[in-house]
Amino acid sequence: MSARQDLRIGIDVGGTNTDAVVLDRSDRLLAKTKRPTTADVTRGITAALDAVLADPGVDQARVTHVMLGTTHATNAVIERRNLRRVAVVRIGAPSTTAVRPLFSWPDDVRAAVSAGERIVGGGIEYDGREIVALDRTELSRFLETVAGEVDGVAISSVFAPVSARHELEAQEVVRRVVGEDVHVSLSHEIGSLGLIARENATALNAALIGVSADVTAALDAALEAHGLHPAIFLAQNDGTLMARDYALRYPVLTIGSGPANSIRGAAFLSGAEDALVADVGGTSTDVGVLVNGFPRESSAAVEIGGIRTNLRMPDLVAIGVGGGSVVSICRGDSVKLGPASVGYSLTERGLVFGGDTPTLTDAAVVAGRARIGTVMPSDEARELLVRGLATADAMFAEAIDMAKGRGGDRPLIVVGGGGVLAPDRLPGVSEVIRPRHHDVANAIGAAIASVSGQVDLVFHLGEGGRAAALEDARNQAYEQAVRAGADAAAVEIVEVEELPLAYLNAPAVRIRVKAAGPLSSR
Amino acid sequence: MLIEAVDLPALARGCSVLGAGGGGDTQTGVLAVQQAIAQHGPVRLVDLDDLPDDGLVMPCGIVGSPMVGIEKLGAVTEGEQLLTGLETITGSTVVALMPVEIGGSNGLKPIGWAARAGLPIADADGMGRAFPKVSQVTMEIAGVSPSPAVLTDERCNRVAIWAQDGEWLERMARALSIELGGRAAFTEYTMTAAQARRATARGSITLALRIGRAMAADDPIRALERELKARRLLEGRIVDVERRMAGGFVRGAALIEGLHTDSGRVLRLEIQNENLVAIEGSEVRAMVPDVITVLDSHSGEAIHTERLRYGQRVTVTAFPCDPIWRTTRGLALAGPRAFGYEFDYVPLEQLA
Repeated sequence: MSARQDLRIGIDVGGTNTDAVVLDRSDRLLAKTKRPTTADVTRGITAALDAVLADPGVDQARVTHVMLGTTHATNAVIERRNLRRVAVVRIGAPSTTAVRPLFSWPDDVRAAVSAGERIVGGGIEYDGREIVALDRTELSRFLETVAGEVDGVAISSVFAPVSARHELEAQEVVRRVVGEDVHVSLSHEIGSLGLIARENATALNAALIGVSADVTAALDAALEAHGLHPAIFLAQNDGTLMARDYALRYPVLTIGSGPANSIRGAAFLSGAEDALVADVGGTSTDVGVLVNGFPRESSAAVEIGGIRTNLRMPDLVAIGVGGGSVVSICRGDSVKLGPASVGYSLTERGLVFGGDTPTLTDAAVVAGRARIGTVMPSDEARELLVRGLATADAMFAEAIDMAKGRGGDRPLIVVGGGGVLAPDRLPGVSEVIRPRHHDVANAIGAAIASVSGQVDLVFHLGEGGRAAALEDARNQAYEQAVRAGADAAAVEIVEVEELPLAYLNAPAVRIRVKAAGPLSSR
Repeated sequence: MLIEAVDLPALARGCSVLGAGGGGDTQTGVLAVQQAIAQHGPVRLVDLDDLPDDGLVMPCGIVGSPMVGIEKLGAVTEGEQLLTGLETITGSTVVALMPVEIGGSNGLKPIGWAARAGLPIADADGMGRAFPKVSQVTMEIAGVSPSPAVLTDERCNRVAIWAQDGEWLERMARALSIELGGRAAFTEYTMTAAQARRATARGSITLALRIGRAMAADDPIRALERELKARRLLEGRIVDVERRMAGGFVRGAALIEGLHTDSGRVLRLEIQNENLVAIEGSEVRAMVPDVITVLDSHSGEAIHTERLRYGQRVTVTAFPCDPIWRTTRGLALAGPRAFGYEFDYVPLEQLA
């Protein structure tokens, strides 16, 4: 046994590569690797893990934590694989009967997930009053018809973000009728305002329970092969971590962790707290915004496998330009970039590597931004490439401007394998930072992440007024962060947002608070 | 003509364009109508000329906060509650429903109610666009009485209102909708088909459908120029958005800086739930009640005022309102001065 136990492994599963890094107590990078992402995801993770553990700079007995950002849940939804059977309960009769649960779901995923749907009497008003009482009799009757056929129950009440009391009451009924061991997902713990999108995310969460169990089991097995039993954390879509037990209950929150990890990794590598981040991949580029060290979140609905949800995701501007994007001429002599990409066969098909396909990486070489490859493209190709890069620069500039928001110039941190493409000067950008180890920024983002809790609730301003509502929201966020595995002594409130509600004379405000802190057992 | 489930996305797109940035998100409206049509079959769209002179037309919609509408999606009983309520009070039979407001989600919801009631929907509405108040309707201009009005909620609470005038109806309906949980279904300005022929914006459902289809088939801006005689005011990017609450309404403005051929120009768009006035320098380029709609330059979708955001690439368009709004009474109700501006209305066609 080594005297010191102080190493963390960060793993990020991307569309092309699975990256892993090992960091020590002072966040120094000891090892890194890039392995192809495999169809089953798990084999790629194992390969990346084996590679960093075999690194001579790593004493594997010192590993205490593994942080994983994975696409398992996303893939399960998109491919309709490994989904559990769920009974979908909406507490919303009669106020929501005009649109039944899962109405807009694609037929195949609905068939794979749903063991039945029912709208039962109940629900809450925007000001916290009861619309009607919870109909426990109807709920029990429905649950009896599905008991034994379901692995989980998803419960969503009207205005659960204002008051969760009908969801909590319904959970007790489920425990009594279906049993203590059935999984229950409650919408107020998963999504914010917007019943249909929140209900969808809640049903998906219940359907994905098996996926998070599988992925942690596979990771355990891979670590066990090395005789390791570190604490396991999963990355979530806001760039923070969930402890294993928490992740087992909220698998849907792992969807979208990739971009969040790269933004957090870029923050760490550059030391910036407020900046723009461009993650330039092989086929596309995501531009995100770092605010107080966290990714700025999107307010728009997010579709996963054809299902609308309102999960909190990083606010990204995506453009179809990456290192492998093919440069061609289309009608009217205009230059076309992508959407075709040579992907990871760049080193065979790119012009500078002796191939026959003009790519943006070739253009970067011609422009002197990169020094790679062995062959200089022909004069004719050079003209095309120069024009292609000018088009790409214009697209970068537009994406940066769209992502930036109001205010003055900000630094831009460029990460990802295709980062050489990005120009050194852009309007609205004070400086372009290209940090060392930028190619594994996402795995680093997972390894250095903190643990968070967030509430997004509507408060009816009662006796204590605004101050009491804010205090309540802060406490709830703090407690959530601690439950998720953060160090109680070091949790801080990192974000507070208030929105008054329109067309309502009664005082109501939507309050969003996020608390975050370092891991408790570090 | 029949309105089928497949028509709804195009119809919704048209309703968004006619909404002048308001009228609420059409997403839940589309789902509610699709479900009603799936259960009860398609809805017959009828011209007011084809209805019996003395047959009752029921203008209807939702009053309340759009935020409440994304949680309380609506009850299947709402339309029937309005119908029975109105028929009980008037002692007459309703022959067709009509959206009180074609803009946004209110252009859709009554179609679902019509499907459930087995009644046709009249090809007309009470605004030809969206407005913040329930009294800002063409029927008010034409002198139709706002009473009796009926409000109902999902619990089948039902209230009948005899208001002195449109303004009193607005005050009472607004207060009731809050008490009923921030949202209520309502009917107002009930009239005969004969009255409706001269008191409504005619053909607005077919117009919304035609707009949606034309935008899908062609460049969206060109489609609007052709279908609505729309004028492209400016293509650019949003460089500033400000919002504040005033008397239950959201007021604010967006600044749009020109791009490409409009480079160097700046347009200021003033907002009260809907887009009210577009100003360039000291010149007003378009004003209420003409319709100002902001489109996403990439997707061609109309952008609701609450979704305007810094950095968006947008094309600001304006098109003439229904002629009834350009009358003296129409302008008194919803001209620039009705929204607190110190200038008189000038039709879009006469502005630079």
